Amino acid sequence: MSQATSRTELISKTALTYILLVILSMLCIFPFVILIINSTRFHSEIQKGFSLAIGSAFGQNWTKLLSDKNIPIVRALLNSVFISTCASVLTVYFSSMTAYGIYMYKFKFRDVASNFIMIVMMVPTQVSTLGFIRLMQQMGLMNSFIPLIIPAIAAPVVFFFLLQYMRSILPFDIVEAARIDGSNEFYTFNRIVVPILSPAIAVQAIFAFVANWNNFFLPLLILNSKEKWTIPIIIAQLRSADYLKFDMGQVYMTICIAIVPLLIIYLLLSRFIISGVTMGSVKG
Amino acid sequence: MSRPIAAKKRKTVEYTRWGYFFIAPFFIIYTVFALIPLISTFYNSFFETYRIGLSQVGPNFVGIQNFISVFTESKIYIYAWNTVLLWVLNFIPQIAVSLLLAVLFTSSSMNIKGQQFFKTVIYMPNLIMASAFSMLFFALFSDGGPVNSMIVNAGLVSEPIRFGSSVGWTRALICIMNFMMWFGNTTILLMAGIMGIDNSLFEAARIDGAGTGKVFFRITMPLLKPIFVFVFITSLIGGLQMFDVPQILTNGSGNPDRTSMTLIMFLNKHLASRNYGMAGAVSVLIFFVTGALSLVAYRVTMRGYRDSGATN
Amino acid sequence: MRKILVALLALTVATGAVGLFAAPKFSDGGKVLTIYVWNDEFQTRFKDYFEKAGLVPKDVTVNWVVTPNQDNAYQNKLDEALLNQDKASPNDKIDIFLVEADYALKYVNTDASLDVMKDVGLTKADLSQQFQYTKDIMTDKNGVLKGVSWQGCPAGFIYRRSIAKEVLGTDDPAKVQAQIDSWEKFDAVAAKLKAKGYFAVSGYDDDFRVFTDNATVPWVDKNGKIQIDQNINKWIDQTKEYTDKGYNNKASLWSAESSAGAGPNGKVFGYFGPGWFIDFCLAGWSKADPKGPDALGNGTYGDWAFAKGPQGFSWGGTWLVAAAGTDNISLVKSIFKKMTVDQSTLTAIAKDKGDFTNNIAVINNLANDKKFGNKFLGGQNYYGLLVDSAKKISRKNITGYDQGCTEALMAAFKDYFDGKVTKDQAWGNFYTAILEKYPNLKK
Repeated sequence: MSQATSRTELISKTALTYILLVILSMLCIFPFVILIINSTRFHSEIQKGFSLAIGSAFGQNWTKLLSDKNIPIVRALLNSVFISTCASVLTVYFSSMTAYGIYMYKFKFRDVASNFIMIVMMVPTQVSTLGFIRLMQQMGLMNSFIPLIIPAIAAPVVFFFLLQYMRSILPFDIVEAARIDGSNEFYTFNRIVVPILSPAIAVQAIFAFVANWNNFFLPLLILNSKEKWTIPIIIAQLRSADYLKFDMGQVYMTICIAIVPLLIIYLLLSRFIISGVTMGSVKG
Repeated sequence: MSRPIAAKKRKTVEYTRWGYFFIAPFFIIYTVFALIPLISTFYNSFFETYRIGLSQVGPNFVGIQNFISVFTESKIYIYAWNTVLLWVLNFIPQIAVSLLLAVLFTSSSMNIKGQQFFKTVIYMPNLIMASAFSMLFFALFSDGGPVNSMIVNAGLVSEPIRFGSSVGWTRALICIMNFMMWFGNTTILLMAGIMGIDNSLFEAARIDGAGTGKVFFRITMPLLKPIFVFVFITSLIGGLQMFDVPQILTNGSGNPDRTSMTLIMFLNKHLASRNYGMAGAVSVLIFFVTGALSLVAYRVTMRGYRDSGATN
Repeated sequence: MRKILVALLALTVATGAVGLFAAPKFSDGGKVLTIYVWNDEFQTRFKDYFEKAGLVPKDVTVNWVVTPNQDNAYQNKLDEALLNQDKASPNDKIDIFLVEADYALKYVNTDASLDVMKDVGLTKADLSQQFQYTKDIMTDKNGVLKGVSWQGCPAGFIYRRSIAKEVLGTDDPAKVQAQIDSWEKFDAVAAKLKAKGYFAVSGYDDDFRVFTDNATVPWVDKNGKIQIDQNINKWIDQTKEYTDKGYNNKASLWSAESSAGAGPNGKVFGYFGPGWFIDFCLAGWSKADPKGPDALGNGTYGDWAFAKGPQGFSWGGTWLVAAAGTDNISLVKSIFKKMTVDQSTLTAIAKDKGDFTNNIAVINNLANDKKFGNKFLGGQNYYGLLVDSAKKISRKNITGYDQGCTEALMAAFKDYFDGKVTKDQAWGNFYTAILEKYPNLKK
């Protein structure tokens, strides 16, 4: 094949690639553009049809939403932040602890435990929801944040990630050295191992935070009262309540508040987050 | 000579016991909050427990009556079919596009610029709250919504397309949303996989005169198998649990004609109306179906993983 | 007291249910008044007429617990809360909960609702001016009244004056009524409207209530078997015909598309509804500028009028029920009195909001008031039209399952009207949904 044809081939392939990328990017961006534009328009303007012009109702939609006692959005934001933060901290800390236990110590049931966790990873959590709810009812923990936070301690997928990560970068002799220095195992874990794992822990914490933030199924069943709602529950209210759709400007504004904060955090940390996708999950 | 070794052995044994300490929290919490509920779910499925108005019926032991009801009266096989279909229709385009993108991004000959920008953009939907995303699509694609407004004004159609009333469109929207949320993640994983392949293999192939296609199918794909396995399994497990997106889009009804009702949406209906007997039966069935599928997927792909002689 | 015990015993034996609570029926002096509702209709009236009048004690906070109605969510939440009433802390105890006709029966015949006369303290004189059917619905099998309402709901057809002028040649309510006073005539008008590019109704569910309210058979018989009145079949066939002929805009009840039909660019001729539909729904939908004046020119506001329509019917209604275990009994009493008995309040609500308030004297006064006109209805005084029908409304066929059945039917048949399923498939889906919601019913 001559140089000339392979060069044109290359150029056209490149051009097509860019076109594909642009199309996919537009696909990913366009819903959010419409979202933001529509949250700046009045309900009547929205009903008339779509236009790319930014409206002037942003302030009004915002204040109306914040003052609507039936949609406690600020409260829900705080609740979501609280639950997500607590849960993600617990998840990453205890997952690293569990992974460390499996990795570092050759105890008798090590393989059994490890396989058990792998199997557990396959079980969708929703199948035990019924039993979970009954248990929470008996423990008097319905409509509380505890059922959404404490179980985060046992997170098989995060365990798996951290185990892989450890396998690739944690040497055994660090621990031996610490033992000689007289530190006990738990102290070693907290003071020496965790810092070494911190890039992976940070990334997994972000993923855990996002997963908890977006969690819908369980909170919907557990949280009953307005004060305890999280953002996804508010979205569900929005979808099912007929009278709430009487003002579409407010609807778009609510969706905005549900989506935009996390987007902003993402854009600030995008490099870190994207690199975290592959950290430890790919060998070598 | 023997004493120091014996001493070391004892010390090692003492240390290994620490393993139990470290894994204890996980297992305790898991037992209390996951294992016991699972067993309780199985237990509940044999009882009839629901509410009529303010009065409670049951728990009355009914044996396998709930299961019989599920099989004969409910359309669970339809919901199972919907769930699998929705997953397949999302996964196939997703893996195809992601593979394509991953290859294009890592192509040494093309050297695409602005990769970081594109990666950021395509990964973005992954972080969006699925329920809010679905609500947004509901609003965007409603009969009087922006999308219809745009296509009517552009003259592409003469009257609005009623997306929500169409089986095909409702399912398509669900798949599009899932595609958008996950293809960025898949692309990045596949990219990392490709970059992990030793370049000398590609060089050797080129020297031997292999074209792009052959290189892709004979070298890239086989060596990507581990990642592919991982993506396939996680996507399948996630797909079987699909709830947020169709629930919000169809407001829990799975309409039109329940064609977009997934297994978990069906389970949710019983949980929400506190019909614990039926919810239990449905949960047990879902457990076995997804468990079996996951096991099969795991076995098949792990075998492929081992066979492909992947790195240790 | 003994009557209630006997009722409780009978209820327990009959349903095998666990006994209901035995805590004190009510007390006073609570600091939080908890009201369970499913939308903000009562909330706005409460704010405008009770709170603004300074009638809420300074140390009491009003807590509105709002759960949307759809999919039985409101009822489920209410049920959970009522079942937990004893164990709830004083501030969480439900004091008042609202119910709709569609499921009122569920609560009327239980101990969860208080006797309006004996427990809350309204007198026979207080209740004398309320329309009889509003009391009948909330009377339990022992003749005890369990709830009161501020509104009656005789309903009619609310139409656009300008469209009427253009298509029918007149917008005068009496003359328009003459052209739509039977279904055959209504069908003919629908055809005329279509010819000029208008829709007779906005969608599938608009005249549902006209048919079901005139049904002779309840949704569920006393053995738990689901029954389908022939009027429902009539509704299905009519709607399918209207859809196929393009007489409606294919919208579903309460959707954005349905409400847009009444707006500045709307092409819908009219909506079936009672008084509350005017203020709670149409007024908001019609305005172009939501903050603008409630006057002609703001969208379609003021361009409407009320006619009786092809068939008389009633729709809905909201009742206030005092919850057993309330800790704010005197505040509850004063709310009930002010909002459902006090004539000046009920007159104000009628004049400001267009509600058909639940007081015969007030309505008669308004009907005879030549100076009174509803701004939304272009100055029309519609009360006279409906006084008689309000007195004749009978709700003897309601069951506690009505809401679930109604929703399930509309959802199942939307697919049929859209042409996605056959009638038989739609019926199948209907029964599936009903049996999921109410496992104790039978086909």
